[in-house]
Amino acid sequence: MNRAAVLAMIALAAAIVLPLLVPGYLVNVGMLVFFLAFIGQSWNLSGGFAGQTSFGHVVFFGTGAYTSTILHVTYGWNPWLAWPVAMAAGGLVGWIIAFLSFRAGLRGSYFALITLAFAEVFRILANSVPFTKGGLGMLIKAEPGAANFQFRDPVWFYYVALALCVVSLLIAWRLTQSRFGARLVAIRENEDAARALGIDVFAEKVKVLVLSGAMAAAGGTFYAQKYLYVDPNIAFGVDKSVEMLLVAMVGGAGTIFGPLMGAATLTAINEGTRWLASVVPALKNVQPLSLIVYGAMLILIVGRLPDGLASLFARRRRHA
Amino acid sequence: MFDPAIILAGVLNGLLAGGVYVLVAVGLTLIYGVLHIINFAHGSLLMLAMYAVFFLWRLLGVDPYVALPVVIAGAFVFGYLLYRGVIGRLSHGRDENILLITLGLSIVIDNLALLFFGGDTQTIDVSYGPDLQLGVAFLPVPKVVSFAASLLICAALGLYMARSDTGKAIRAVARERQGARLAGIDVPNIFAISYGIGIACLGAAACLLMPTYYVTPVSGHAFVLVAFTIVVLGGMGSFLGAAVGGLLIGVVESLGGLFLGEQLGQIGISAIFILILLLKPTGLFGGAR
Amino acid sequence: MLEVEGLSKAFGGLRAVEKASLRVDAGEIVGLIGPNGAGKTTLFAAIAGFHRPDAGRIVLDGRDITGQAPHKICAAGMVRTFQITQPFGKISVRENIMVGAYFRTGQRREAARMAEDVAMRVGMQGQLDQNGNDLTVAGRKRLELARALATGPRLLLLDEVMAGLNPTEIVEIIGVLKAIRAAGVTILLIEHVMQAVTSLAERLYVLNQGRMIAEGTPAEIAENPQVVEAYLGPGAAKVLRA
Repeated sequence: MNRAAVLAMIALAAAIVLPLLVPGYLVNVGMLVFFLAFIGQSWNLSGGFAGQTSFGHVVFFGTGAYTSTILHVTYGWNPWLAWPVAMAAGGLVGWIIAFLSFRAGLRGSYFALITLAFAEVFRILANSVPFTKGGLGMLIKAEPGAANFQFRDPVWFYYVALALCVVSLLIAWRLTQSRFGARLVAIRENEDAARALGIDVFAEKVKVLVLSGAMAAAGGTFYAQKYLYVDPNIAFGVDKSVEMLLVAMVGGAGTIFGPLMGAATLTAINEGTRWLASVVPALKNVQPLSLIVYGAMLILIVGRLPDGLASLFARRRRHA
Repeated sequence: MFDPAIILAGVLNGLLAGGVYVLVAVGLTLIYGVLHIINFAHGSLLMLAMYAVFFLWRLLGVDPYVALPVVIAGAFVFGYLLYRGVIGRLSHGRDENILLITLGLSIVIDNLALLFFGGDTQTIDVSYGPDLQLGVAFLPVPKVVSFAASLLICAALGLYMARSDTGKAIRAVARERQGARLAGIDVPNIFAISYGIGIACLGAAACLLMPTYYVTPVSGHAFVLVAFTIVVLGGMGSFLGAAVGGLLIGVVESLGGLFLGEQLGQIGISAIFILILLLKPTGLFGGAR
Repeated sequence: MLEVEGLSKAFGGLRAVEKASLRVDAGEIVGLIGPNGAGKTTLFAAIAGFHRPDAGRIVLDGRDITGQAPHKICAAGMVRTFQITQPFGKISVRENIMVGAYFRTGQRREAARMAEDVAMRVGMQGQLDQNGNDLTVAGRKRLELARALATGPRLLLLDEVMAGLNPTEIVEIIGVLKAIRAAGVTILLIEHVMQAVTSLAERLYVLNQGRMIAEGTPAEIAENPQVVEAYLGPGAAKVLRA
């Protein structure tokens, strides 16, 4: 454990000094990796550790994005202050969805599908309701400055993303050391046995979804502040759900570093296809290409390497 | 807007659309009933089939209805090979694994379509004559033809399942996998055939939808939710459920669009899906889960 | 300690358990036997809160726990094991048992210590680092016992904890169970291994086709013609006596 901690410290130090050593483009890529790792970890908590696969995790992300944006743009709140409110909103949505779904006894695929439906409902509502400006989306006025959660120098977004990623890793690590985390894993492995051993399965599932929802919502606010624009498709579209799921599963669901590894892998693939497009002029539209690879990776991971890339490194070390 | 004539027209049009949805749902419920897998790629495969129909029309001038036998056969083969080559090989049995694998497939298919076909909406422009008039409602001819064709195909499928040897084998495997194996039935083959039939249903539905619908690479998303809502509403594995559910959802979609507009109208389907899952997950006619 | 009165449970048309009653006093080891399919596991499941009984009452230490959720029943001091073992496959034996231990403590180090303790009592100390999935049947059975024991129960419901064990292992487990009882845990066990049941249990209940047909000491039960017929078929008692 100590060796791992030392390695982590070294990696963290490297990440901190990275912007001083590499061009701005790569710093941006780094930011994307850490951001993806953060929201991927939110999926990992409920989907990887607790085994509740969700296909609609974007619903929490979008809730966060819209909550902070509406508070900021419509009501003049400072985005930093709106951020915790957005997280609370994400947690609340997590509570609602968990309470309804698990009260009804939904598990496995049915739970996955209902989360998808919830995300879709939110998307349609966001498209139609006046206070989200509907399909037009919401623009955040560009007012660069740390006080507004916008930064003149994009490197600060990198550092915020890094901080979020580190926090998510710590949360995941805490989970592996705590009773709560052990109970989630027990629920994942065998709900009935968990019940027999005194675990209030319903309560624990709700708790993890609240935590996961709050985390994903935090990511939503970050995203909104970085790109200064939110619309129903960005906030509640299927793509983010898939990214969160993919990143965690490819890297290793239920592991601490899985989402980070998955995020690095997927971002590398993205950059790879972008490079390919610049070299091969016939490939104009790159976006689908990396998604095709993502989809293929998901199939292969599930079929051939179900414990993700992390299992290649784990050897003796097991899931938490 | 609350004029009964308009509502009636909405209901009738909804029923007609629903008739084709039944075909989509029947395929999904068959796949679930026999293989116990939730085929998340269902919407994407329908989208693919619709593109096939489109290109047959655009490049070879084949009318979608005329293309039925070809597309059905092609879809069957595609589904059979897809199961044999990918799904069957990588499934290892667990329910959630298959869901994720079919999710992966849908991502790959959707994006291959985006890559090769572009994001534009494609429609088929064939005139089938003036709308039919039923009382105060005007019903487009292709919708009526599609409805009737869907009915016939479902009936034919039902007959096939009831009378043919393969159909009986499929029903045997659906009911009791191990027993069927012991009785000498080649279960993996039946799985592949069942999946193939499910996709063949999509092929038929594609031919019946293209005259009145459009297709884009993201169509899969909308269709998959519709298909799942129908099957969950009707009951997983129940053909009667698929039929009733399909018609109901067709009407809900039509009336939803009528009262709430194109965008918001779609919410009816997701809302029904959520409500059914929360209140009666086994659906109207579903048995054990 | 435990009183079950008139418990009935039906699944559709099948009456799995019909008006079954039993009593377990503190400190006893009581056996529940009967032919396959008699409804023993269903009875256990109903007692432990996994099925809601259609009729009847379950009283633990004077408190009515009928229909309560399994985790609440565990909190009340009664824990069951599963006939078809349910290990937490992807984690180690230690971590498996810790899940049980976490019922008593919130601290990881404490839970780990308790888990090792229980593993020693049950004879699994050598397997602590193996994954749940990698255990043999005997190992899994022992794990069921260890996990349940780790929660610190006052009453253990053991469901065929000896099935699939060889004679040496059976003798070992008998010793373990006796030690557990000596440490103050009451045991109600379903068993098919007659040798074990007779050497462990002071009293037996016999369940056949959902109905309780006999109660008594092992010696009394062996003589009971109804019990013989339950196992060997109608008329067997007469044939054996002749």
